[in-house]
Amino acid sequence: MTLNSKALKLAGLAVLAAVAIAFPYVYSSPVDTNYGVYAMIFVTVASAWNIFSGFSGYISLGQAVFFGTGAYTVGIAARDWHVTGTGVFLLLPLAAVSGAVMAVPFGLIALRVRRHTFIVITIAVFFIFQLMAADFSFTGGTMGLPAPFLPWQAATFNNPFYFMALGAAAVTITLAWWIRRSKFGLQLRAIKDDEDRALGLGVRTMRVKLSAFTLSAFITGFMGGVWFLYLTQVLPSSGYDPLFDLTIVLMAFLGGVGTIAGPVIGALLIEPGRLYLNTQFTNGYLSEILLGALFLLIVLFVPRGIVPTGGEWIRKFRSRGRAAIEPEGRGAAWTAEARGRQGTSDGRRLEAARRRESE
Amino acid sequence: MTALLWTEGITKSFGGVRALDDCSLEVEEGSITGLIGPNGSGKTTLFNVITGYAKADAGAVYLGGRRITNASPDKVFNAGIGRTFQLTRIFPTLTVLENMLVPSKTKGKHHALEQLEFVGIARHHDQLAGTLSYGQRKLLELAYVLVADPAVILLDEPAGGVNPTLIGQIAGRIAELNRTRRKTFLIVEHNMEFVMGLCAKVAVLDAGTVVASGPPDIIRTDPRVLDAYLGVDVDV
Repeated sequence: MTLNSKALKLAGLAVLAAVAIAFPYVYSSPVDTNYGVYAMIFVTVASAWNIFSGFSGYISLGQAVFFGTGAYTVGIAARDWHVTGTGVFLLLPLAAVSGAVMAVPFGLIALRVRRHTFIVITIAVFFIFQLMAADFSFTGGTMGLPAPFLPWQAATFNNPFYFMALGAAAVTITLAWWIRRSKFGLQLRAIKDDEDRALGLGVRTMRVKLSAFTLSAFITGFMGGVWFLYLTQVLPSSGYDPLFDLTIVLMAFLGGVGTIAGPVIGALLIEPGRLYLNTQFTNGYLSEILLGALFLLIVLFVPRGIVPTGGEWIRKFRSRGRAAIEPEGRGAAWTAEARGRQGTSDGRRLEAARRRESE
Repeated sequence: MTALLWTEGITKSFGGVRALDDCSLEVEEGSITGLIGPNGSGKTTLFNVITGYAKADAGAVYLGGRRITNASPDKVFNAGIGRTFQLTRIFPTLTVLENMLVPSKTKGKHHALEQLEFVGIARHHDQLAGTLSYGQRKLLELAYVLVADPAVILLDEPAGGVNPTLIGQIAGRIAELNRTRRKTFLIVEHNMEFVMGLCAKVAVLDAGTVVASGPPDIIRTDPRVLDAYLGVDVDV
């Protein structure tokens, strides 16, 4: 990467940050900022999912366990300890910890198996939690729990939540970026490629997987707490919502699993769209039907996601048959080699494009 | 010379098939030991048992006097045994340099690049490992085993499916590691030229048992070896 493209990237990030911060001042109506809050919540939880599932290849459909637990933890603690007013925000770290605490036994059981079996177990654990929330009395049963009243103006009620979620999103994205290139992240990605080989290189794979799982649960639990205070109530079916899991997985797949920008783009595209459909059509099933259709389209046409595939298209369009990577910088050596072997250069080009994308 | 790695009476069955039958093998410290035998004689199974990828039904594995029988692959690696696979297993979606940083006990990027330099693929460090040729993958596998500085290195067919030039390069690196860094090697290989040229001692495995072992020249003419390779009752 040249210095120029690095500066360009930083400038781009600065613009994005400025736009994100300015958003609630430009679109200040609560209807608009509501979109912002939900979008940022989902950017965060989708990125948290990506840190574990995207990097390790273990597709978790049980993230709602942590989200719901975070929400319920804040609700129960506020109720039992009589926390009122803005003091409830001090309970958010507890929501994060409760998510992480759930992830340890959950992970120790589920992470012993791989692929489809792992996915099925995460779904099973998810339903156990949903049933428990409905059946126990300390969770408020099917009535759920209300959040303490916040004495804020209705016109600007959403703004603190927006900035809280935006901050969490920024931290999570930075964390994902940093982990991806750390030794921990490399080991996670090695597990995705060939777990047994990683084990044979001394990688304590269980510990690595469990750490990532717990970290993603920590973040997701925190966001569950934020969401609960924002919505001011939690029900077994809303805190432990199967659509929550399907949605974040869809977001990550749409944007590009395992990339940093993928889950962010996916969340920014899907969540506002879903909210819009739900408010425009009182029949709430329409957005679900469309989500399902979208999933099929993604699997058929962009199975690797917008970020990797889109990057390829752009490069193909730009290069129009010439070598996709300009022979400059560190990529030069192999590009020359790839040119020498026109027959096989296509596959190499794809690999290289994918790598560029992920950087 | 004392043995650094040895097995005692390893037995391993898959269903009704006895892949290893009372298999005892010694690898002397600082040696390059070859392990040969016909297809299906249990060479790779023995590798798997030593490195924790398969559990022995009976018997024991020792490394420097320490019993490591049926330890998990990560523990075996951290105890000081590195291995490569017959069909190379690298991490294709990571770059070559990133591959080098996956193992436990790595010593940073600089050291990793030195190892890549040593095996001769440093100029590919920035490309995806999945784009390497088969022979280059073998070299990468050797290199990332080296980063953790294991005492014993097990190579499963390092010359299999590799072009002659690269075979020479691989053999050269093995010999140099043995000479200058005192690395101990146990090598499974069908390329007899490769084995006979590199190894001071060769063990022959047949039907899961070590039927002969000794210097290459003696092994070459041992009737039991010829039996194992060419079938019983063949006149030589």
